[in-house]
Amino acid sequence: MDILIAAILTIITAATPLLFAALGELITEKSGVLNLGVEGMMIMGAIIGFLTVNQTGSVTLAILASMLAGILTATVFGILVLVFHASQVPTGLALTIFGLGLSALIGQSMIGVAYEGIPKLAIPVISSIPILGDILFNQDILVYLSIFMVFVVYWFVNSSRPGLILRAVGDSHDAAHAMGYSVIKIRFLAILFGGAMAGIGGGYLSLAYSPLWVEGMTAGRGWIALALVVFASWKVGRVFMGAYLFGGITILQLHAQAIGIGIPPQVMSMLPYLATIIVLVLISSDRTKIKLNAPASLGKPFHESR
Amino acid sequence: MIKKTLSIIAFAASLTATGIASAETKVGFVYVGPIGDHGWSYQHNQGRLAVEKELGVKTTYVESVKEGADAERVIRKLAADGNDIIFTTSFGYMNPTNKVAKKFPNVKFEHATGYKRGKNVSTYSGRFYEGRTLLGTIAGKMTKTNTIGYVASFPIPEVIRGINATIIAARKVNPDVKIKVVWVSTWFDPGKEGDAAKALIDQGADIIMQHTDSPAPLQVAEKRGVWAFGQASDMKAFAPKAHLTAIIDDWAPYYVERVKAAMDGTWESKDTWDGFKTGMVVMAPLSEDIPEDVRKMVKEQEKMIIDGTLHSFQGPIKNQKGEIVVKEGETMSDKDLAGMNWYVEGVDGTIPK
Repeated sequence: MDILIAAILTIITAATPLLFAALGELITEKSGVLNLGVEGMMIMGAIIGFLTVNQTGSVTLAILASMLAGILTATVFGILVLVFHASQVPTGLALTIFGLGLSALIGQSMIGVAYEGIPKLAIPVISSIPILGDILFNQDILVYLSIFMVFVVYWFVNSSRPGLILRAVGDSHDAAHAMGYSVIKIRFLAILFGGAMAGIGGGYLSLAYSPLWVEGMTAGRGWIALALVVFASWKVGRVFMGAYLFGGITILQLHAQAIGIGIPPQVMSMLPYLATIIVLVLISSDRTKIKLNAPASLGKPFHESR
Repeated sequence: MIKKTLSIIAFAASLTATGIASAETKVGFVYVGPIGDHGWSYQHNQGRLAVEKELGVKTTYVESVKEGADAERVIRKLAADGNDIIFTTSFGYMNPTNKVAKKFPNVKFEHATGYKRGKNVSTYSGRFYEGRTLLGTIAGKMTKTNTIGYVASFPIPEVIRGINATIIAARKVNPDVKIKVVWVSTWFDPGKEGDAAKALIDQGADIIMQHTDSPAPLQVAEKRGVWAFGQASDMKAFAPKAHLTAIIDDWAPYYVERVKAAMDGTWESKDTWDGFKTGMVVMAPLSEDIPEDVRKMVKEQEKMIIDGTLHSFQGPIKNQKGEIVVKEGETMSDKDLAGMNWYVEGVDGTIPK
């Protein structure tokens, strides 16, 4: 039982950065923009957050700084693809490489600096409920925030009017444009939201998950977040489940190894991507399913003149 | 007056002489990571600084060079720039180094951890397993749960050798101890390395060892209140309480020796695999939390390894099935050690294929 609780606690920390980044990317993709720069935005959030907590000692400022770093990185992407009509795929890839390099440069003075990690925030009374209390109500602020954001994004996409407009832009930018919506402005905001969430996800890595700075510490989590959005077929609830599933696979395989169950670790490392490919095959074999969820204009550039 | 002029001329002449001497030998270094990685590349750079300080020669380095095509370009550039001796410090530089060496027969090359040599290519590496023997002794003595947790990267002989050396030493001082190994399939992913440490602690390990590059497992150990060891450099800053000691790679003596040989003209191609004896592998200061008698024992073992009375892989050594592989009174040969791909008795689990 103790081991189970311990495993669940570890799964939560492994899932949280994925959840942040994937929720952000979901909104970006819902507006019809494919931003492959998640990894780059995350790592910028990680270094700026760590730098801030080191300079100011304030966790709140650090989280805000992570968010801001993500937003600024996303701004570069937004300007390139929306204003200058650069192709989204290579621009996103470039953003990832750019982010990895720039963060390494900024972080030179932070190598070897230790930080004890952001504190746990136990909710009084209910956190002392046996088992559940520890899992649900004794986490750090970012874990609560990530769960809160699942509800916010769910409500926004499915029940709010701006969410409806966002989906309209993502499904047919020409129709949305004809109805008088500013496609560029809406997409820009969606990209910035994606950047903010990726930034916080990166900040979670350097502030809570493994509180230190080292080059390239995101180690591919941005790509998993991207895969996660497709795996979830652009549904918010499934993004949440997927993040915990992908996080869970990694942690459970580590536990399996320690117990002595011999599953090759390489197989486990590729499982998230394998699952994503399977989902892609499934949804492409059933056209109606894609129509329901996938933004029809995903990755297509928009020119007002046309 | 004449005297004064003469002395000025002599002084000027000596200046030119040293000037020529320092212009004569140029040394190049290629690193796989940033010099601030606080691990592998950081230690190689310390070696470079020692060369500059002790021999007063000019050195150049290129950091964060990816293994592969880029490495060849960088190594060729260093050779073309007139470096006399070039150190390439990662396993993946093996083929590029040898390729460039053929084109520059007058330049001397030193490749770390590889096995391909040539007329002007030497190889060198550290016997890090000697350090693991000491860590194993400390771990065997200090564990209360009789479980050592080991965060491992890839199942290559270098890593397997470390695991085996640890458990052999640990079981000598504590026959009940076992070792649990978790493979993370990466040299470097702080999040995953930390998660592996958490999983091991949750499964009862109260000593964490690692053969991956980030200090994340140490941080986890510090938080969970168990012991741990640093990797490649002193990592006490990340875990002031948990950090018991660390195996440190010290390349400085070797680098100074080899550059000196290149200057003297006595350099020749050879293979070097050194440990405590030459100081290529050293231990970080032992924590005060290690009991006095254990500290003494470890110091004693270090001395015995240096004078050759103790070897990390001294018979009898049994494999996991309990069959004797190395007989009593024998030690494993360097060739067998270099290709080690099996676990000794006391390791839980199997090596991933």
